Amino acid sequence: MSVRTLPLLFLNLGGEMLYILDQRLRAQNIPGDKARRVLNDIISTMFNRKFMEELFKPQELYSKKALRTIYERLAHASIMKLNQASMDKLYDLMTMAFKYQVLLCPRPKDVLLVTFNHLDTIKGFIRDSPTILQQVDETFRQLIEIYGGLSAGEFQLIRQTLLIFFQDLHIRVSMFLKDKVQNNNGRFVLPVSGPVPWGTELPGLIRMFNNKGEEVTRIEFKHGGNYVRAPKEGSFELYGDRVLKLGTNMYSANRPVETHMSGSSKNVASWAQESIAPNPLAKEELNFLARLMGGMEIKKPSGPEPGFRLNLFTSDEEEEQAALTRPEELSYEVINIQATQDQQRSEELARIMGEFEITEQPSLSTSKGDDLLAMMDEL
Amino acid sequence: MFRWERSIPLRGSAAALCNNLSVLQLPARNLTHFGVVHGPSAQLLSAAPEGVPLAQRQLHAKEGAGVSPPLITQVHWCVLPFRVLLVLTSHRGIQMYESDGSTMVYWHALDSGDATPGTWSGRVLVFDIPAKGPNIVLSEELAGHQTPITDIATEPAQGQDCVADMVTADDSGLLCVWRSGPEFTLLTRIPGFGVPCPSVQLWQGIIAAGYGNGQVHLYEATTGNLHVQINAHARAISALDLAPEAGKLLSAAEDTFVHIWKLSRSPESSYIEVEHCHGECVSDTQVCGARFCDSSGSSFAVTGYDLAEIRRFSSV
Repeated sequence: MSVRTLPLLFLNLGGEMLYILDQRLRAQNIPGDKARRVLNDIISTMFNRKFMEELFKPQELYSKKALRTIYERLAHASIMKLNQASMDKLYDLMTMAFKYQVLLCPRPKDVLLVTFNHLDTIKGFIRDSPTILQQVDETFRQLIEIYGGLSAGEFQLIRQTLLIFFQDLHIRVSMFLKDKVQNNNGRFVLPVSGPVPWGTELPGLIRMFNNKGEEVTRIEFKHGGNYVRAPKEGSFELYGDRVLKLGTNMYSANRPVETHMSGSSKNVASWAQESIAPNPLAKEELNFLARLMGGMEIKKPSGPEPGFRLNLFTSDEEEEQAALTRPEELSYEVINIQATQDQQRSEELARIMGEFEITEQPSLSTSKGDDLLAMMDEL
Repeated sequence: MFRWERSIPLRGSAAALCNNLSVLQLPARNLTHFGVVHGPSAQLLSAAPEGVPLAQRQLHAKEGAGVSPPLITQVHWCVLPFRVLLVLTSHRGIQMYESDGSTMVYWHALDSGDATPGTWSGRVLVFDIPAKGPNIVLSEELAGHQTPITDIATEPAQGQDCVADMVTADDSGLLCVWRSGPEFTLLTRIPGFGVPCPSVQLWQGIIAAGYGNGQVHLYEATTGNLHVQINAHARAISALDLAPEAGKLLSAAEDTFVHIWKLSRSPESSYIEVEHCHGECVSDTQVCGARFCDSSGSSFAVTGYDLAEIRRFSSV
C-alpha cells in the first residue's frame, strides 16, 4: 500500500481531535486563557519540526492502537488531563469523522483539500502565536511540496490505504445519525446527488466515433443519480478557497456528541479477532512509537499552574458508566505486552524509553521503563 | 429488470481494492465459487445456485520480512484451456493454488528493492503453466508500463494475423495491447489521460476500459482507436466484467451504481456500438468488485467496501 499515507492520517485525525477538544473546553466553561494555553501547547507539540520529520518519512501505516498512543500523549501535552473513558470517546469520534471525510471525498486527491481545511482551522486557533503559526505553515509547505505533484493513481492508492485502516469501524455517532449522514447500522450514507468530482463528466451520455475520431452519434441513458457539474476546483495553495466542506469544523455549534457502542455486529467481531490474536508486531509498533514520540518535545509546565480534567461526557457519572459498559471488543487494550514477566522484553522497553526526550510532568512510577509499560497497560 | 437475490455472508468485509471479486462458474457441478479479499486474508467460498453457502476457506499472503502482515491485492481464478489456477497476489509476491485453494503449487517472490519504496515497477510477468503439477516457470517479463499494473484482460487467440490476445492497464491510464506467442509482441499503446485505468476487458477485438473519472471507453484492439466514450459513473470505476456469450459488459463504481451494457458491431461499418441495458443502485455501498455469474449475463454479484456479504442480482 502507499508509504505516504501517515502524514495525511495523522494531521487529519489531529485536526478532528482539536475541534472536539475546543468544543468540550467551551462546553465545560474552562477559562479562555487556560483553553488557549491547552490548544497552543498541543498544536505546538504536534507541529514540532523533529516530530514532523519522523512523520514524513515514507513508511507503512501502523495499527489503530499504536496511533492512539500518540494522540493520548498529545492530548496530555499540556495542563489538561483526560480519563480513559474520555480518551476512548475522543479517539472514536476522531476516527469516525475522518473515515466519513475520506469515504465522501469526491476525488482521491481531495483528501489533500480536507487536510488543508483542518490546517486552515488550526491556524485560526493559534493566530495570536506567530512562532507556532510559522511551524504550521512550514508543514503546510511540506505537504504542498510532497503531495502537490502526486498522480491520480498515487492518490487512489493513498485513499485505499486509508480505507483499509478504517475498515470495519462502525461506531454510531449521534451527531452523524441526527444529520442523517450515518445509518442506524453505523454505515455512512453515500449520496447519489450533488456535484460530480472536478474532472468527471456528468453521467448519462454515450458518444460514438468513427475511424477518424469524428463523433457520429450521441445517446443519453438514465443513470439513476441526480448529479450536477462541479462549480470549481478547490485551491491547493497555502491560502485559498478549498470549496470542499469536508474537514471544516462541524463542532462549532455547541452540540453534545455521544457515541453509541454497538458491539453486537459481526463486523466488530471480526475486527476483534485480529486484535485479540497474538500480535507479533508489538515490538515493531513500540519501535515506531519510540521513534515518533522521541521527536515530541513536551514542555514542562512552568510555575505552579494547576492542571484540570476535561470530560468528553456531559457528567462524571456518565463518564464512569461509559468506562464500565464499553464492549470488550472495542477496547484498545494492548493485551499481549507481557513485558513485566519477560526479562529481555522489559530491558528492551527500558532502552526504548531511554531514547525519549520528554521532560515531563512528574510521574508516580519509579523507572522510565515502567512509565511506558504503565501507559501501554492503560490502553 | 433485475431482482435482489439472497446475499451470501462473508467472514470478513471486502477491502477497498479494485476488481475485488472473482467468480468461477462450475455449471457441471451446479456450483459457483466466489473469491473476495478482506485484507491480510482472502476468502473463498462455494455456493449452490440459490446462494446457499456450502464450503469456505481462508487464504493468507505468505509472511516474510517486514513490518506488518502483507495485504493481499487480488484473488483471481485463471481459467486455462486444460486447468484452472487460483492466483493470489500481494506486495510480497504471487501465489498460485489449485482451483479450490487447497494446495499452493507455486510461489514467485517479488523483490521489494524498488528505487521508490511502495511503487510497483510496471512489469508484466508471463508464466508457463504445465497441464498438471507445480512445474510453473517464469518465461518472460514484458516491459511496456512504467507505473503499477492494475488489470490484465485476455481473449483466446482467434488464429488470424494481428489479432490482439491480451490487454494490460496501469495506474497512469495507459493500455498496452499484446499478441501472444512463443514471445509476446506489443501491438499498440493507448495513452492515458491523467486518471488510472483500474479495470479492462477484451471481447471479440473490443477493448473495454474503465477509468478513475467514471468513464468507460471502448477501443478497437487492432488499431487502438477510440470508438465509444461513455460517461458511465460519477466516481471512479472499480470493476468491469464481461459475459462473453451475450456480449454484455458490467461496470461498477464507487458511486454505488452498477450498469449493464450490450456491446455490438454495426452491420454496415462494423464500428463498435453500445446500448445501456440496466442500472442498479447498491445503496450506501462503495462497490469494489462485480462479476457476472453466468456467461449469458443474466445474473451478477457485487462486493462493497466494509460490506460483509456478496450481493447477488438476477434478471426476471
